[in-house]
Amino acid sequence: MRILALDSSGLVASAAVVEEDQTIAEYTVNYKKTHSQTLLPMVDEIAGMIELDLGTLDAIAVAAGPGSFTGLRIGSATAKGLGLALDIPLIHIPTLEGLAYNLYGVSEMVCPLMDARRKQVYTGVYSFQGGFSTVVDQCAVPVVELADRLNELGQAVIFLGDGVPVYRDVLDEALSVPHTYAPAHMNRQRAASVGALGIEYFKQGRTETAAQHAPDYLRMSQAERERAQREKKE
Amino acid sequence: MNEKKDILILAIESSCDETAAAVVRNGREILSNIIYSQIDLHTLYGGVVPEIASRKHIEKINQVIEKALAEAGVSLQDIDAVGVTYGPGLVGALLVGVAEAKAIAYAAGKPLVGVHHIEGHIAANFIEHRELEPPFLCLVVSGGHTHLVRVRDYGKFDILGRTRDDAAGEAFDKVARAIGLGYPGGPKIDKVAKEGNPDAVQFPRAHVEDAPYDFSFSGVKSAVLNYINGCKMKGESFRQADVAASFQKAVTDVLVGNAMHAVEEFGVDKFAIAGGVAANSALRQAMAQACEERGIKFYYPSPIYCTDNAAMIGVAAYYEYINGTRHGWDLNAVPNLRLGER
Repeated sequence: MRILALDSSGLVASAAVVEEDQTIAEYTVNYKKTHSQTLLPMVDEIAGMIELDLGTLDAIAVAAGPGSFTGLRIGSATAKGLGLALDIPLIHIPTLEGLAYNLYGVSEMVCPLMDARRKQVYTGVYSFQGGFSTVVDQCAVPVVELADRLNELGQAVIFLGDGVPVYRDVLDEALSVPHTYAPAHMNRQRAASVGALGIEYFKQGRTETAAQHAPDYLRMSQAERERAQREKKE
Repeated sequence: MNEKKDILILAIESSCDETAAAVVRNGREILSNIIYSQIDLHTLYGGVVPEIASRKHIEKINQVIEKALAEAGVSLQDIDAVGVTYGPGLVGALLVGVAEAKAIAYAAGKPLVGVHHIEGHIAANFIEHRELEPPFLCLVVSGGHTHLVRVRDYGKFDILGRTRDDAAGEAFDKVARAIGLGYPGGPKIDKVAKEGNPDAVQFPRAHVEDAPYDFSFSGVKSAVLNYINGCKMKGESFRQADVAASFQKAVTDVLVGNAMHAVEEFGVDKFAIAGGVAANSALRQAMAQACEERGIKFYYPSPIYCTDNAAMIGVAAYYEYINGTRHGWDLNAVPNLRLGER
């Protein structure tokens, strides 16, 4: 089984080719958000280096939200176009699950954080005890609310993601549980993690057609939100 | 045996609120033209909401492309190139089509051709007028654009004039909202105006000093708003149909006046209109009459090719393709892309 994985949900753009027991190639850049110009050239670059025959791919895994709305759509549209042309399914990987998978096997709770602006984080809580499981499903919440929840859970936590530099001080202040922060080689989105988790999803039959796929933003657009508020007031 | 092979273009358009795909043969023959319009969704907000448009594009784009291929009875392998609108337009909306088109072209091993949206509108005239060839003059009028263009050759354009403020279609939308017709303004004003007197109210015809081909529509829009407010303050009612007809006449007079001035100045014998507002019946009539008076040929596309569609993008992409234009996998959406820019 061979999967092409993409993640352009945040500042990182990343592409990888992953097989069941190994990663064949990974290209990750955490520098300026120009995903529209870089993502497909990155795929082309690694495909060339590993002499990839696109026809041998079984599926495309994509980090499908939450994240930057535009970044998600660049990843999704790229995955959908590839899926359409190659006639293969897509695997919808929740961004925070993909991030958590960077820390596969740790004993602590894993808590990825993405800066969601508007004083919120996109986050979730995951555990590798007895297999990969979701403790708190991905959501958009104020960081203090997350800290309360983690204190309630009462277990050691390891954080990662681009929300860490933004909220590290707040977390250190609010948390009563032991906590650490993931180091530089595993604390941002990596397509190899999306691909490795994608293989697990694929084996469980959790695929969708390229036509069905759409990102999961976890948030309404501003116009929809304001309209809902207006209707509530009326 | 020297049989000329057909050239098939798969075209994708997502610059605003229409998700569209088409298959075009040899630049003039439309094998399929699929349009998913989001207009009902945006009507709730009184105009196009960019984030909602982008979200809808990504939900619908594969279905639209698959349907375009199926209706044309071709597979991706039969296609010679993938054409896509990369500007101007809403950046988030454009990006969906661009990323999708790039991925399809890449995976199918086909060349990619980026197309300018307005060049697509102009090219819409080639679909139903096989005899039309450059050079000619074209007025592009839509919700986002008002350009008077000299088409020197396929892919070669000079912009003679443009709007200094509102696009013509934008003025239609704003006035329609003000007189209680709602969104989208163009077709609604067109319909109501048929019942009204175009000379009932004298709205201003703005001319831009030292730029005979430029347009300005914010003045006429403000004049309509002032007129309505004036009526309200005096406790008088106004006739919606008369205001609509008078406003439409004011806009049409300026469009026709500037266009014919250019026709005379440049001595062309062919004139075309394009874009969503080109579907306006009063504008078509006035242009047809003005062209007839001057003994020049007048071209306009059917309404389905006036509003945003991918067939026109496929036509423009064909001429770009045979002229050798190829874009790389780093093609980006360019929301303010200039006409003729490559």
